[in-house]
Amino acid sequence: MSDTLNAILPQFFLGLVNGSIYALLSVGLTVIFGLLRIVNFVHGAQFMVGAFLSYLLLVYFGIGFWWSLLIAPLVVGLVSAAIERSMISRLYNIDHMYGLLFTLGLTLVLEGLFRYWFGSAGRAYVVPESLSGVVNLGFMYFPRYRLFVVIASVVLCLGTWLLIERTRAGSYLRAAHENPQLLRTFGINVSLLLTATYAFGAALAAVAGTLAAPIYQVGPFMGTHIMVVVFAIVVIGGMGSVKGTIAASFLLGIAETVTKIAFPQAASMAVFVIMAALLVLRPEGLFGRQESTR
Amino acid sequence: MSTTFEPNVLTTEAKRTTTTPRHLHVAGIASLMILALFAPFYFYPFLLMKLMCMALMAASFNLLFGYGGMLSFGHAAFIGSAAYIAGYAAKEMHLSPLLAIILGMAAATAVGWLFGLVAIRRRGIQFAMITLALSQLIYFIFLQAPFTHGEDGLQDIPRGTVLGILNLGNSLTMYYFILAFTVAGLLFIYRMVNSPFGQVVIAIRDNEARATSLGYNVHGYKLAVLMIAAAIAGLGGALKALLFQIATLNDATYLASTEVVIVALVGGIGTMLGPLAGAAAIVGLDWFFAESKFPVMVINGLVFMACVLLFRQGIVGTIAAAIEKRRMQGTEESKDA
Repeated sequence: MSDTLNAILPQFFLGLVNGSIYALLSVGLTVIFGLLRIVNFVHGAQFMVGAFLSYLLLVYFGIGFWWSLLIAPLVVGLVSAAIERSMISRLYNIDHMYGLLFTLGLTLVLEGLFRYWFGSAGRAYVVPESLSGVVNLGFMYFPRYRLFVVIASVVLCLGTWLLIERTRAGSYLRAAHENPQLLRTFGINVSLLLTATYAFGAALAAVAGTLAAPIYQVGPFMGTHIMVVVFAIVVIGGMGSVKGTIAASFLLGIAETVTKIAFPQAASMAVFVIMAALLVLRPEGLFGRQESTR
Repeated sequence: MSTTFEPNVLTTEAKRTTTTPRHLHVAGIASLMILALFAPFYFYPFLLMKLMCMALMAASFNLLFGYGGMLSFGHAAFIGSAAYIAGYAAKEMHLSPLLAIILGMAAATAVGWLFGLVAIRRRGIQFAMITLALSQLIYFIFLQAPFTHGEDGLQDIPRGTVLGILNLGNSLTMYYFILAFTVAGLLFIYRMVNSPFGQVVIAIRDNEARATSLGYNVHGYKLAVLMIAAAIAGLGGALKALLFQIATLNDATYLASTEVVIVALVGGIGTMLGPLAGAAAIVGLDWFFAESKFPVMVINGLVFMACVLLFRQGIVGTIAAAIEKRRMQGTEESKDA
């Protein structure tokens, strides 16, 4: 019994850490999709740019982790806002597929540029001094930094959920989702709301990137695979609900790493297999009725 | 989320070009055929062959998206599986190239069937996300499977001889071999789209609920189109494996899917000759920038963004719209006279 526990517990916590990163990414994706009706393919690249900015700040300017955690999302958020204003906003009145295609093109540009500038090799980001070492959880030792990532992710995800569900700005968001025309009549600047939402989602991706930098290697394609996994998670969690997305992210992060114990080779496939099985067994989605995606 | 039935904007964005007069079609296709027959004497045959493989893959994507309304981001799975299976059949099983191609197409069709099983009930954007995730799954299977040789891929795939007479090692013979398949593939799509079956597929694209209420087996039609598209993408992948004589993981990554989407978009979604025009444009662009140090990926991405923002009808779509406009003006003038 204790042997299996000893095998499962570390994997479980590892899954929590991966799940934390997934959750931050998929919440941003869901919030953007919920309002803008655009699948933001470039989310993975925004995550990568956030990680890279933190790395560059550290290496070239000696600016540490905590400042990066603030600066990287700000930069990514502002640039994304500019891109939304100038380009993505032109795509709202046409088929939503085009938003997906456009952000895919943007992804190619970003990943291509970063590979051109920095090469394909991954770079290590040193764990910040204040978070190094391990924590004794009583039943196992756990790296302090990873625990911090889990806590930070939970706080941010809950914060986002509360922001949407419990604040005035959030009520505007939900109203804009239901009926943007009516909201405009009330004198709310809906297009600004859209820009702010997009910037917020992109900034969340950059936060995830900064958090992930010390755990994963920082490289131009670090966002690619994680993006596809997050897509699958969003499909499983239901495209509309932030709560479902957060839950699915952590559950699948854990499912993925626990699979490693039984089938080491299949760990990277676990999320996709679960998604496929769910779609076959419950075509209408986990939570009953199927959402229209048009 | 509210269920609304907005008209599918694709239908207005990418109008079918079958409204152009028939003699223009015939003349265009005839001149293209003559061009294709003599092209290898003026251009680098290898580039032309690559172009045709790309055109087949893009035509498959176009069939699925432009006519079936299903945005596939998983084409790499069809292309990759066909390339691997065809390569394996030719190299390890010493089968003739024709058999290798048929086996490759069969593998791609089987993958298409699997995709359909999982994704067919979801529409629009969800379908795109699911196909992307599934193609990543296929990628990992290829990464792990012993017969693909992981990172190295299948090297030195023999082109072999067709029916014991045509030696595909000769690049001119190979060129006409690929040309024959490309013409057959494109003609097949053309016939299919303009058949009763194809018209039902387009009707489903335009309004799925109405097609269901008219008693059509919507899922059956969609699955059939998906499998046919997978087979055609597989044909492109199998030919490419024989042409380059390698099958690697590069054919199975999401970037391979992306390239197919770009080609189809540049050429014009929902047009018959779009895939050819798009493949010519992208191959030409890659060739043009091959000398410069600027990464092709960035150029492709920029072209992609520009197309979505400014050039959604693509090359063929724009030309067709211009011809259409002139015809309309012409008919108005003749009325005035």
